[in-house]
Amino acid sequence: MSAFEILRFAFRGLFINRLRTFLTVLGITIGVASVIILLAVGNGSSKAIQASLDRLGTNSLQVRSGGQGFGFRARASANTVKPLTILDTVALTDKTQAPDIKQVAPIASTNGTCVVGANTTTPSTFYGTWPAYYEASNTSIQKGSYFTNDDVTQARRVALIGQTTATALFGTANPIGQTMKCSGIQFTVIGLTTVKGSSGFQDGDSLVLIPITTMENTITGNQPLNDILVEATKSTTTTAAQTELTAILDARHGITGRKTADFSVFNQASLLTTASTSSQTFTTLLGMVAAISLLVGGIGITNIMLVTVIERTREIGIRKAIGAPKGAILSQFLIEATILSLLGGILGVVVGFIGSHFTIAGTKPVIVPASVFLAFGVSILIGVFFGGYPASRAASLRPIEALRYE
Amino acid sequence: MAAVLEAVDSVVDKQPVIEVKDAVKRYGTGDASIFALNGVSLTIEAGEYVAIMGPSGSGKSTLMNILGALDVMTSGQYFLDGIEISSMDENHLSIVRGRKIGFIFQSFNLIPRTTALANVELPMAYQGVKPKERRERALVALDVVGLGDRIDHEPTELSGGQQQRVAVARALATRPALLLADEPTGALDSKSTADLLDLFDQINAAGRTVVVITHEDEVAHRAKRIVRMRDGKIISDELNKERVA
Repeated sequence: MSAFEILRFAFRGLFINRLRTFLTVLGITIGVASVIILLAVGNGSSKAIQASLDRLGTNSLQVRSGGQGFGFRARASANTVKPLTILDTVALTDKTQAPDIKQVAPIASTNGTCVVGANTTTPSTFYGTWPAYYEASNTSIQKGSYFTNDDVTQARRVALIGQTTATALFGTANPIGQTMKCSGIQFTVIGLTTVKGSSGFQDGDSLVLIPITTMENTITGNQPLNDILVEATKSTTTTAAQTELTAILDARHGITGRKTADFSVFNQASLLTTASTSSQTFTTLLGMVAAISLLVGGIGITNIMLVTVIERTREIGIRKAIGAPKGAILSQFLIEATILSLLGGILGVVVGFIGSHFTIAGTKPVIVPASVFLAFGVSILIGVFFGGYPASRAASLRPIEALRYE
Repeated sequence: MAAVLEAVDSVVDKQPVIEVKDAVKRYGTGDASIFALNGVSLTIEAGEYVAIMGPSGSGKSTLMNILGALDVMTSGQYFLDGIEISSMDENHLSIVRGRKIGFIFQSFNLIPRTTALANVELPMAYQGVKPKERRERALVALDVVGLGDRIDHEPTELSGGQQQRVAVARALATRPALLLADEPTGALDSKSTADLLDLFDQINAAGRTVVVITHEDEVAHRAKRIVRMRDGKIISDELNKERVA
């Protein structure tokens, strides 16, 4: 008996039992597709968390004047606190001492009210800085242009404003090129920053950014810096960058031995750790759900395959009685099981891919390639094993026993 | 009819088709064991038409299963067409069944949802007969049993008598040394029974060895030799005087 003949028998068997074939394929399809989609949703939401973390700027560090902690010790050392200065900022850009620091931006902050005609607003963030700030703080503009290093050196009266500030001052009109008065000084708005959304209590779009030189010359005078914003080369080098900047500032501020540092460093990496832990928990949870659904799907396949073979035990008996060798029967059932599993598996992958194109529960699913192979592989293994094993048992029966089966 | 069968037929050997020596089939062990066959010896020559009779529990069905290589005996020897098959394993037995025996069952045992033609072709497919030859032989066999116009019907579309004739065609098409029928008329009405028995007569007249297991006198009396069984033993074995001069 040729392999082609057995293949023909297998296809015939599948075609004759159309409804059963359809239901089996459907079961496998749903099992495979659900695993793929479920894991894609988990992965997608994990990716979304990662992306929003990246937007926060996980590789940025913030240096603030003053010791870590509050209370007696902090007050006791207050006399010796050296303020953070532009020179400190420049020192941190030394590539040999701080190879893991990409760029550094000083932040001078003030409180002021901005006025255009009858409209007034008090931006929650009113910073003087320089262009390195954009990348270190993940600030970009949606309209207009950034102020440049040239604007900083020339101390031009230009400003970038956030969406909230723009709406408060200009309504729906285009703010680019307009002028506004902040703390009594007239500025030309040259850029509108991309909407950031609010982070906690603060509206990230209630924002005015001006060159630090302009701020010192016109509003605040030569006051110490509030912060220095430091961007590490990568999120993985944040800790190294922190060590380097601490060493540089320790040296500059004369911090040695037991002397408490007069500055503090805030590290976004700790936030990253917390967030990635929770996202890992989430993915593990979804993975477990997927594993259970694969298991349930597998039991479904097993069940259908067992029933299929048991239902056809008598047919196997007839085939054996008229001279079918065990191998021919086993091959036929194995091929039937393989075709069913393959068909179901492929359809499941297709449905999984299609389903992953839709936004599910507010999450854009991102397919995990391993889940596709896992679901496909497991369903085929289960299908072939549980189709093959009972078939092998039935094919080994004496025909008289198989024929007695009703 | 005879000419047609000859076209289907192979050379009939001179040695006995069936030679059973001291067949024992025991179910269970120890005191609780039951002897379904208790020392049966039987020789059937080529071209014979034998009926094996007996009430239920006499062991005739067990004998039929052993003659048909569907079951193995506990002890004893069985030569089918000169080949000892009592020591064969199941895989070899299935080949022997396919090549040497044509079965006709009480419950027809056709493959469901499969046409008459495909059913008749099936045993030849397992034997490795080429598709073209298979088709020709199946068509001839279906013609012999008078179902040449029903080849595309599935079992559910055929009457009991017609299904049994498909089974006969399936058995004939493989050119077996032995045609083995187990209560072939058990599920048939009297008209179909008469038709089937006429068919058996013709098949035997064409030189084919036919063994029928039955409990119906009407069926047994069409055979040329009647073997009666009781309690796992042969109690009589004689020629049928009505049929053999």
